This record gives sequence, structure tokens and C-alpha cells, in this order.
Amino acid sequence: MSTGTANRYDAIVVGAGHNGLVNACYLARAGLKVLVLERNSYIGGAAVSRSLYEGFTYSNCSYVCSLLRTEIIRGLELPSHGLQIIPYEGGVTMMRDGGHLAVYDNHDAMRREIARHSRRDAEAYDRYVRDMLRHCRFIKPLLLREPPDPTSFRPRDLQELLFLGKHFHKLGEERMYDTMRFFTMSCADMLEEYFESEIVKAHLSGSSIIGTALGPRSPGSAYVLLHHYMGSIDGAVGAWGFARGGMGAITQALSKSLQASGGTVRASAPVEQILIRGGRAQGVVLEGGEEVYAPVVVSNLDVKRTFLKTVAPEHLPPEFVEQVRRFKIRGSSGKLNIALDGLPHFPSIPQGSPSTRGDMHITDTLEMVERAYDDWKEGRWSREPYVDMLIPTQIDPTMAPDGKHYMSVFVQYCPYKLADGEWTPEKRQAFGNTVIDAIARHSPDFKKLILHAEIRTPKDIENEVGLTEGNIFQGELTFDQLLFNRPVPGYAQYRAPVRGMYMCGSSTHPGGGVMGAPGANSANAILRDLGRLQ
Amino acid sequence: MLTETAPHFRQPLLKTPFHERQREYSQLDSYVPWAGYSTFDVFTNVEQEYFSVRNASSLYDLTPMVKYRVSGPDALRFLNRLVTRDMGKLSPGKVAYTVWCDDAGKIIDDGTVFCLAANDYRVCTAERQLDWFEASAIGYDVEIREITEEVAALAVQGPISAKLLRGVGIAGIERLKPFEHGEFSMPRAGGGPTVTLMVSRTGFTGDLGYELWMQPQDAEAVWDALMEFGRTRAVRPIGSKALNMVRIEAGFILPKVDFVSAAHTLYLGTERSPIELGLSWLIDYKKGHFTGRRALLQEVARGPRRQLVGLDIEGTKPAYNALLYTEASGRREAGSVTSAIWSPTCKRNLALAMVDAPFIATGSTLWAEVYLNRELVWERRMVRARVVDRPFFAPARRRTTPPADF
Repeated sequence: MSTGTANRYDAIVVGAGHNGLVNACYLARAGLKVLVLERNSYIGGAAVSRSLYEGFTYSNCSYVCSLLRTEIIRGLELPSHGLQIIPYEGGVTMMRDGGHLAVYDNHDAMRREIARHSRRDAEAYDRYVRDMLRHCRFIKPLLLREPPDPTSFRPRDLQELLFLGKHFHKLGEERMYDTMRFFTMSCADMLEEYFESEIVKAHLSGSSIIGTALGPRSPGSAYVLLHHYMGSIDGAVGAWGFARGGMGAITQALSKSLQASGGTVRASAPVEQILIRGGRAQGVVLEGGEEVYAPVVVSNLDVKRTFLKTVAPEHLPPEFVEQVRRFKIRGSSGKLNIALDGLPHFPSIPQGSPSTRGDMHITDTLEMVERAYDDWKEGRWSREPYVDMLIPTQIDPTMAPDGKHYMSVFVQYCPYKLADGEWTPEKRQAFGNTVIDAIARHSPDFKKLILHAEIRTPKDIENEVGLTEGNIFQGELTFDQLLFNRPVPGYAQYRAPVRGMYMCGSSTHPGGGVMGAPGANSANAILRDLGRLQ
Repeated sequence: MLTETAPHFRQPLLKTPFHERQREYSQLDSYVPWAGYSTFDVFTNVEQEYFSVRNASSLYDLTPMVKYRVSGPDALRFLNRLVTRDMGKLSPGKVAYTVWCDDAGKIIDDGTVFCLAANDYRVCTAERQLDWFEASAIGYDVEIREITEEVAALAVQGPISAKLLRGVGIAGIERLKPFEHGEFSMPRAGGGPTVTLMVSRTGFTGDLGYELWMQPQDAEAVWDALMEFGRTRAVRPIGSKALNMVRIEAGFILPKVDFVSAAHTLYLGTERSPIELGLSWLIDYKKGHFTGRRALLQEVARGPRRQLVGLDIEGTKPAYNALLYTEASGRREAGSVTSAIWSPTCKRNLALAMVDAPFIATGSTLWAEVYLNRELVWERRMVRARVVDRPFFAPARRRTTPPADF
């Protein structure tokens, strides 16, 4: 297969996002000669650290590390390539009336914190955590497996279906009911089964809407919450953390791991078309006409971009193309990256509370979150947005000069298409101002500390990162688009309808977040097809 | 009063009203968290503290025990639905130890119910139960209020406990029978209004002993009086380590040690029923419906799969967390040890263990896998473990009324 020539490889991965790199790492470790091609001048996709303002490093897109599978970190030796993940110390939702609900690591501190709002909720929180952990225990073994095709009778599919069935039955009768309900219910309904206090529900609902064109009252949003809970840091399930040096540290470590295994990454090498001859992938054509050849081509791009933009339609079954076209990948999130001259003061958070060294929020009722979603449905950014705000420089000394701080502000909701026409630089600024004003209502000195702000709408994310509509998960995490239905029914096993062509992005099972599982599972499928699986 | 010197994110654990007094007796500054409070696990020396319980009397700060006031027209109906025992039989002035289960008949927690008056109860629990109690109270006219912080509690346990209480002027204490409680008064040193206490003849030591329940502002006065009278009589404060020794001798179970509450289990099959924990005597199937009854009846019909038993283990090395086998070869597992001590009073190597059904009868022999540490050279030993009756230690003095005057 491999020849010595410079433009021939055993496998080409299109896109140097974290999944593309994970995929390439596993292929290279199996002895394949691998090339990763990246359109941008920098690698990392949506897991990047960039400096846009002197002295500051931003995690421009993704901003939290939790889901990245330990098996991958360990298997690809990422720590020895510089990756370090540091857990959050807390979290907080600030309230409009000057109150707050904080999250603390210590169980007794947490109980007493919730008990300030509701004594019963303080105890219900333990039940909630237990149930989330039970659901996680069900989901987690499915993450690093190729989903079975339920319509197939191939021994491998039957075996995997049997695994799924057995695994489900191990839950026990009562928990089977719970799990089924959980996958389809709304986050609000789910939270209302546990809590009476509005602020507790509002705080917890955040994870159900991040990156998702759903509101807390939309059916299916409960699962999105779980998806954010499945990660762990050093065995602490549900823990979120900072990657030291920003999220780019993950893709940098992956890139080094790949190079250590003999793989190559080429930046500023945009793929125009996947080369298909005789029903087989043969390589890629770069913008400018250069051709690079490999019998295996893996796309880290989302499923729409892959099949609607880089593969000529004559190579694909029309039904498949139609399903890809219908794949839900709606843009709903924006992002602000802000350089601050100092640490902003948040009067509602008590002095000395570690809750600012984690995720900070300002939506204090479910109603407020749902109203933010209403704005999105009507084609405008939320007037009172949900924000997931972090100041990683309180923990990470590498991202800003001494005494200054970097703030990452994830914003939900922000539409890809505005009701009043296309995005313009003025509208982008107005969107940014809405977010800054909302934060400033909880921090009087915030605005005057701002040195620089990068404002990113879904349109910007699409343009810069390539994610269709700027959807951070490469397609929504609703039940109709999960497991053997992700990205489209019949094609959930990482193989494209073209021989030799594969998918490895978050559009595939088990979905988005900086998890790496799609990349790893896809590599597994490729190596199995090549008969090289150890 | 409740001492809160710093915000909870800086000091997550509260201090009890006895904390400052206890600190004066602590040589080791050794604390453990218990139900949201900072408590002492040892003051000076575990053995000495242990012997104060079996030889003289001891003070153990019970304040962190979670306490609820359950009252209202349906309080009795509610409790009878909640717990496995018949609360209808509990008259004012009486205390009952009981457990409560989920629908599957698995234990959520154990605790004591104090009947204060008709439809007025105090329920003491190991873990917080408001979520479960409130869920169980739907449809009942009952008020459930946590009063943990409003009541200071002190266990006075050991053979001279009655003498000690009389010595500080608590008159009539000798008439209190096991599982009775009553209101008593204690003169205050230096005059002033007497201290009103509720005293129950209950405890977690298997010995003669009492539990004193008082207002937090009286805690230090009571402590001072007891320690003053006890000064010449070998009375001392004890920590949770000594208490753990005596409770194992008495055969009492501890949540999170001998079982995990069904409210917390993640894995299926790790929850435990009262039958499995050897608490069948707490279940009253005739009192009418209660949560878990149907499942427990099914379990009775099916026969238990495993049960908590007492073990007497060869040798002197406590079999902490030991796996148990049917033969010395270690081929087939038959359970595991949940609690273990060398008993200084019984001079036996004791354990509580969850054992598979075929081996639960008294006299059965199992093999425990014990690791011996000889100056960091570890050895694995299989030692014989015999199933024996519990309690391991049950002196007559724990029940005698009036108690003997030592």
C-alpha cells in the first residue's frame, strides 16, 4: 500500500480538529503512514488556544475539558506531550436580586449552600447526583463502541446489539424505566422531579442547552444535560476542568503524539474535494489543484460539510444525500473572548468564595432560560442570554500577564440566521454589547476592565472553524440523532457510502464535546476493515 | 449555641455546642466529619477511651445525629407507613429502634423514634432524610421539621452512668427502664435556674447508658457538671474510634460501613434489606401496609440470599474488609467482612460480615483472607472464621433497673 513517494499515504485525515488528530494518532500507531490536512494556518479545529491580543491566550472556541476520554489521554500518552487538566474549584449562578447559588466541591459546603435556598433541595441534590451517576454508568460503556446497526444480521452487529440489550437489562426494571424516560424528557421536567427552588433548577439547567437549539422545556434536553455530565477528571465523574494553556493544549499534545508515531500534519492545506474513482476514495484535491493520494480518506468535518461540499454528488446514493441534508445542525451559540485588565468584582459572590474559579452564570430561573430560547426561535440573539463564563487565569498562570485575566464567555442563544437579514459587523458588535451589558449588570467594574473582546457569532464560527451553522456539536444531540441514528440511519459505523472513505467528527457517535471518542471509534472501524486491528 | 465562625465555603463543617469543651480534652487535635459537623475521633488514646465505656462512664457528643420533629394529626399514620415496626405500640415516654425501606424493601436508614406525646415524635437518623420523609408524607397531615441544630445531645455510657447522672443531681434517673425517656432537671453549678433535660435510656454501646438531650445553651453546663463529678471516677470523653469498638461488641450496625443506604447505591444489588442485615425482628407484617412490605414478604418466601452475621476469627489480627471463602484454598467466595475489631473485653477477634445464605447458620465455618504486615513485609493468611451469635458482649447491667450502684 504505502509507496515511498511524497504525495502518497496510507490514510489522509481531513481536518486537524481533536477527533481528526485522535483518529490519525491511532492509525499511525497501527503502522499506517498518515497525513492530516488542515485548512487553517493553525491546527486544532475548535480546540484551539490563540493569541489575538498581546500577552493573552484565548481558548477561542471550546473552553472546558471534561469529556476527553481517559482511555485516549492515556493511550496516546498526551500527558507526556504536555497535556495537563486542572479541575474547576466551584461554580455559581448570580441572581438578579443580588443573591447567588454557588457550587462547592466539599459535600457539606454544597449541602449548606443549597440549604440556604431550600433544605429539602439540599438533600434532593444527592438523589439527583446519584441518578445522574446511574445514567452515566449506563451510557459510558457505549461511548467507545461502534453502535450496532439494528437492521443488520451481521454477527458483529448482532453481538453488539446483544451487548446493548444485556447492558440495558443490567439496570434492573425500575432503572430501565427511568433511563427510557430520561432520554426523551425535557430538562425542566426532569429537574422539577427533584427540586423546588427556582435557582437550583436554573443553575442545573445550563448544561441542557449549551450548544443546543433546545430550551429547558424542550423534550430531549435532559439527555444533553447528561452528555455534559459524562466526563470525569481522575475518576471524579461529572467534573469539569481547564486544560493548562487553553484548549489548544489538547490538540497540540495530540499533534505531538501523532508526530512521535510518524504521522504528519499540514496546516494551510484546504481540501477542496475528496478524490473518488471507481467508487473508491483515492485521496484528496487541495485548493490550487494539488492532489494527495491514499486508499483511506477520513473526514473530521461535520457530515454536511463532508458530503455536501467535498464529495461530488454522483458518488453518493441520493437518499443518503437527502438524509445528510436534513441532519439537524442548527447554530445556536456565540462566544466572547475577553482580555481583562484585572479581576472583575461580582458583588453578589461573597469575598473569598472559590465559586468564581469555575463556571459562572447569570440566568436565575428556568423561565428566564426558556425566554432566552424564545428569542432564538424568533431569529434574534437572546436579550437576556444564558452565559457560561469562566476566568481560567485564576487557576492557569500561562494565559494572561500577571494580574490580568482572560474571560471566556459562552453564549446561548445566538442564531445563525437573523430574522432581519444577514449578520453584519455592526450586528456582531450589538450582539457582543448585549452580552457585555448582561454581565455588567452583575459586575459594576467589568466594562472598564475590558482591554479587548473577540466576538464570535455562529456565522463566524462556521467561517473560521468550518462547523456548519457554527453548531459546536457537529449536529444536535437529540435522541433522533444519537447512537445508531448518528449521523444518519444506516451509516452510524463511521463508514461513508464510498469505499475507503470514513467519518470521524462529532457528527458521528457518540457526538460532540471535546471527547475524542468519535475519532477513536472511527480509527477502530478503519483498522478492522484493513485487517490491522490488534 | 451553634458556632458558625466562618462562611461555609471556608469551614464546611459546623462545630457542636460541646466542641470548645471537648477541645480542652483533645491531646491529638484529630477530627472527623460526621453529618456536617466536625467531631473528635480520638481524644488521647483509643484503648483508654474504650475502657471508660466498659469500666466507668464516658461522654460522647451525639449532637450531629440528625433529628426531626414529626407532629400533626397524621403523625402516627405517617410513621407507620414509613417504618417497619408498629409505632402504634409506642406510647409516650418510649423509644423504639427501627429501620425504613424503599419500595423494594431495601434499607434507606435506621434510627430511633421517640414518642413525646400522641402524634408527636422525635426521629433520630444517621443521615439526612427530609427528601425521603417529605416524599413519603404526601397525603398525610403531618409536619416534619429538622431540629438537629436546636438540640444538643450527649451519650453517657458505661457501668457507672446512673451513678454519674445522680451525682450531678439528676434525681430519679434510676427508675428509667431501657428504651424509656423522660424529662429531668439538673441543678446548675453556682445556682441559677435548673437545667431541663430529656434523658433516654438508649445508646450505641450495649452497656448501661443514657442519652441526654438538651438546649444548646445548656450544653456546657451539663458537660462541666458531668466531667467535674467524673474527674475522680475515670470518666472521660470518647471519640468515634472507641465508640466503634463498643458498638461492634454490641453487634450494632453502622450505615456506610455495614450497609449502604438504598438512597445512595449506584450499582445494582448492593442495597440491603433488613432481613439481610439480621433485623427481621424489626419488621411487623401485621400492622398493615408500610413501604417495602410486599417486597419483604417476597423475600421471606424466597428465603434470604445473604445475611449479616457475627464472626469469631482465629488469631488476633482484625480481619478488616477481608474476603471470606468456603475453604482455606480460597477457591469459592462466600462473603466479606464489614466491621472488625480485636475485642479487649471479650478477648476475641470479632467481625460483622455479609455472608452468602448457605453459611449463615451459627457454627458454620468460613475462611477469612487476612493480610499481615510484618514491618512492611506483607503476608497473606487464611484464617478460620466461625459464625457465632450476636451480640458478642451483653452484660446484664445494660437492662437492670434500677441499675446497680457501683
